[in-house]
Amino acid sequence: MSFEVLNPGMLALLQDTGRVGYQHIGVTTGGPMDEHAFLWANRLLDNALDAPQLEITFGKLSLLAHADTCIAITGADLGARINDRQAPPWRTHRIRRGDRIDFNTPVAGLRAYLAVAGGFQPTFKLGSCATVSREGLGGFDGQGKKLAKGDKLPFNPGTDEIAAAVPPEDIPDYRQSLRLGVIPGYQYPHFTPIARARFFSSAYEVSQNIDRMGYRLTGDAVHSELDGIISEGIAYGAIQIPADGQPIVLMKDRQTIGGYPKIGSLSALGAGQLAQRGPGASVSFYAMDVGEAEALRMIFQHRLKTATLLAA
Amino acid sequence: MKIEAINENTCIVYLGDEIHEAIAEKVKQAVVSIRRSMADVVLDLVPSYTSVMVCFDLTKTDRFAMASRLRQALGEPVAESEQPGTARTIELPVYYAPEVGLDLDDVCQASGLPMEDVVNLHTGCEYRVYAIGFSPGFAYLGSTDDRIAVPRKSTPRLKVPTGSVGIAGTQTAIYPSSTPGGWQIVGRTPSKMIDWNSESLALMQVGDRVRFRSIDRQEYIDLGGTFDEL
Repeated sequence: MSFEVLNPGMLALLQDTGRVGYQHIGVTTGGPMDEHAFLWANRLLDNALDAPQLEITFGKLSLLAHADTCIAITGADLGARINDRQAPPWRTHRIRRGDRIDFNTPVAGLRAYLAVAGGFQPTFKLGSCATVSREGLGGFDGQGKKLAKGDKLPFNPGTDEIAAAVPPEDIPDYRQSLRLGVIPGYQYPHFTPIARARFFSSAYEVSQNIDRMGYRLTGDAVHSELDGIISEGIAYGAIQIPADGQPIVLMKDRQTIGGYPKIGSLSALGAGQLAQRGPGASVSFYAMDVGEAEALRMIFQHRLKTATLLAA
Repeated sequence: MKIEAINENTCIVYLGDEIHEAIAEKVKQAVVSIRRSMADVVLDLVPSYTSVMVCFDLTKTDRFAMASRLRQALGEPVAESEQPGTARTIELPVYYAPEVGLDLDDVCQASGLPMEDVVNLHTGCEYRVYAIGFSPGFAYLGSTDDRIAVPRKSTPRLKVPTGSVGIAGTQTAIYPSSTPGGWQIVGRTPSKMIDWNSESLALMQVGDRVRFRSIDRQEYIDLGGTFDEL
């Protein structure tokens, strides 16, 4: 049972929840750029929440199904179609052998997730199949390769009888301008009150330089009193401020340690919302207590576990 | 010692604020202590020069319980028997020559020393692994002799060959895989720094001690060293 890649598009990667437990030897976690969308896709299919999925960035992926199954699409609306009918995100879709799944280009958001009932069958490297191309780890072959034309993507047998959709209140609107909570931390005390006020009152723009390692933003420059710091661990969502004062948010494929001053960190869910924004999108920040980030995550986990899915 | 929250599932423990042997030793002890007593909730540890970042499982604990358990774990002395790495010294063979030491001539020029002296100073002391990062298995070693503490190249190389041994100020390191990099390359080791199929994965751990041993071209080849990767 497999999908065949007819066209890999811009960037399609196999991801699970990430490679945990190896950061001390410099191995980054990888994992889904948008955890919210990823986890809902597995929930829709009643898969294990960490079951591997495809992360499709920007679109243009085309797959041919070699078996009957059921898929879930979540995250960005990349104008997906199954044969000739529209296949909107945040719900499941029945797939028949011989069906074509075609992603077009972004309508809303940047990254879509495609999960299959029963999950894909990848190669595990260091306990995970999360693809980190830079490190040569993960993916279907274990060597960190992105999907390529002709690849066969094996999956486990699963039911094709699921018809479910995510409740509307759990579906984010990626077209809205983004206001993200920042937990002050790291070198925050080394930013002057004026620099902090500037950071929290300015609108930043997502630049062209965005990838799975980091998101560079442009806007009012913010400076700390420090040129550099003694290298230390970089958390997912940490916000580095290099010498030019333009923030860089560190994402899933970030390096594990670094020596730039950091003003604080986003929550994982916040970083996931940023990951759905492309160049030109507007982002602003507010100071958030870590307790709020914790509470929002607990509420999300609770919804994920207990929310009643809609019939699709 | 300071314990600070970073985000909902990460905190960082600061054990000092300067690059120093004694603080590095505390970091190493902290990693042993945390692994010993908090394995049920810790997902990832990122030790560095003066700090240990701790990622924890938010479904099993929270920041208050973490801070309290960290304080307890770090307050307890680590028994001798739990310090397997204390005496661990890794000897790394290095072929120092311009054909693999791509910046060896520049380092000689910058330091005003003949090649022999540069090699002797680089092999003449024992280093400590202060941090691992940048890429998998990339170990930051300190400290090099001041006489060969040459700053990074002004323009980084797009591709530094695997096994290259470099100097950046008072730090020295080995490139475990071919990546871009700006360190001054003085030689190359035939040893594998990272091996996904081995039990230990990375040859070095934070806190290990390292010595370099100068080898000649023949020994470099005998140990599996290569020249083709440029």
